Amino acid sequence: MICDDSPEPHKQSWGLQHALKSLLFTRSAPLMLLLVAFLVRPASAQESPYIVTYDHYLEEPGNLEVEYFSNFGTQRGGTDFHAYWLELEYGATAWWTTELYLDGQTTFNDSTIFTGFRWENRINPFRREHFFNPVLYMEYEQISEADKIMKEVEGHDVEADHADPNAVARQGHNHEVEFKLLLSKTFEGWNVAVNPLATKNLLPSEPWEFGYAIGVSRPLALKASANRCNFCPENFIAGIELFGGLGDTQDFGVHQTSHYLAPAAAWNLPSGWTLRLSPGFGLNDNSHRLLLRWGLSREFSGVGEMVSNLFGRRR
Amino acid sequence: MRRDRSTLLKSAITALLVALPVSFAQSKDRAASTMDHLHHSHYAEFAKVPERARSRMNPLVNDPDAPVAGRKLFEQHCAECHGHTAEGSSKAPSLRAKEVQQATPGTLFWILTNGVVRRGMPMWSKLPEPQRWQIVTFVKSLTPSAPAAPAVVLDRAH
Repeated sequence: MICDDSPEPHKQSWGLQHALKSLLFTRSAPLMLLLVAFLVRPASAQESPYIVTYDHYLEEPGNLEVEYFSNFGTQRGGTDFHAYWLELEYGATAWWTTELYLDGQTTFNDSTIFTGFRWENRINPFRREHFFNPVLYMEYEQISEADKIMKEVEGHDVEADHADPNAVARQGHNHEVEFKLLLSKTFEGWNVAVNPLATKNLLPSEPWEFGYAIGVSRPLALKASANRCNFCPENFIAGIELFGGLGDTQDFGVHQTSHYLAPAAAWNLPSGWTLRLSPGFGLNDNSHRLLLRWGLSREFSGVGEMVSNLFGRRR
Repeated sequence: MRRDRSTLLKSAITALLVALPVSFAQSKDRAASTMDHLHHSHYAEFAKVPERARSRMNPLVNDPDAPVAGRKLFEQHCAECHGHTAEGSSKAPSLRAKEVQQATPGTLFWILTNGVVRRGMPMWSKLPEPQRWQIVTFVKSLTPSAPAAPAVVLDRAH
């Protein structure tokens, strides 16, 4: 499946990344997931349909959510691509969720490559619900410029950035830290989430970049039906996301930025699986015309307990 | 630079591995305390519920489907910690205890909505309000446990 066998001097030094790449793309990944599935119990989830925007709800403590997402994008001036990422989201406590991302992409008529990893942390500093609930988001990214998952759009990100062939784009590497303020409120079943973001490439010469994501969503039914069912309306959540870049410290604003509007839907199955679908449409000439995203996730409970027992916890 | 990448990736993975048992470290510490102390300290959260929230009426109290739907929701979201018969577990207290059964529906709704975050119970406001009332209706329909039966230690409610 890996088409990336061009000899490059830096490649051998990425030993651990190479191992992660193997884990992500080879047959061992399903085996690992199967192992996890046997060791821990599936948990029922109530996931939002958002793929870019975050609400203020964190992972339940001790639960691990394994998520796979795809992002198919059309590309003018290049070839279309299919980017994908694996998320391992763990509820360390009721106020702290930590998450590891492994990113990859296939550019059609080009190659398939591993593009890097991200480590994200979300912390809820408050003990209870407020009118608008702030959650602090911090992320470290180590990704190549061939990364196309577009988990966020920031600064002057534009469609043309993704036109380069993989062999060229992967030569550039980004070490970035990203901060978001996740503001979210649920009222009468409606969730409204607003995420301003600021990103800094760790190179001193690079400016701070800014962006935003806004989401609104609502379940199709607010009351649960009495019977256990896959197709009950309360299992479906529909929403819409708006996200884009806001320039950087040298050129703040919407000049030379891209923006997207993306309807989104989530189907939460009682068995613990969640399916998400979100077609995104570019709102200006700098944007990809279409980003078609979908994701499949499953939540497992008792992971923390299992690991704790491995470390010899006595009960 | 290359060494940095590898080191940072290792750090990220190590941090994840550290995060896995960290939520249980507190419970290990608390294990030294008496069960009674924990029992009371967790139910003591009820005293923090604002009076206005406490007096809220359950709009689904006369809905014949509410306890059944609430049971379904309880099994999906709550039973993992509170036990399948709501009798409590090593993670969360019994919901059949007199403290819970004597609490007003508004109190339970407020606790469910806001969680007891520092003690491990997440906010459940992501469930729509009617679903939270359905859970409250189910909990209030439970047969109270005998007074002598102690609730098991709660680390992470719900």
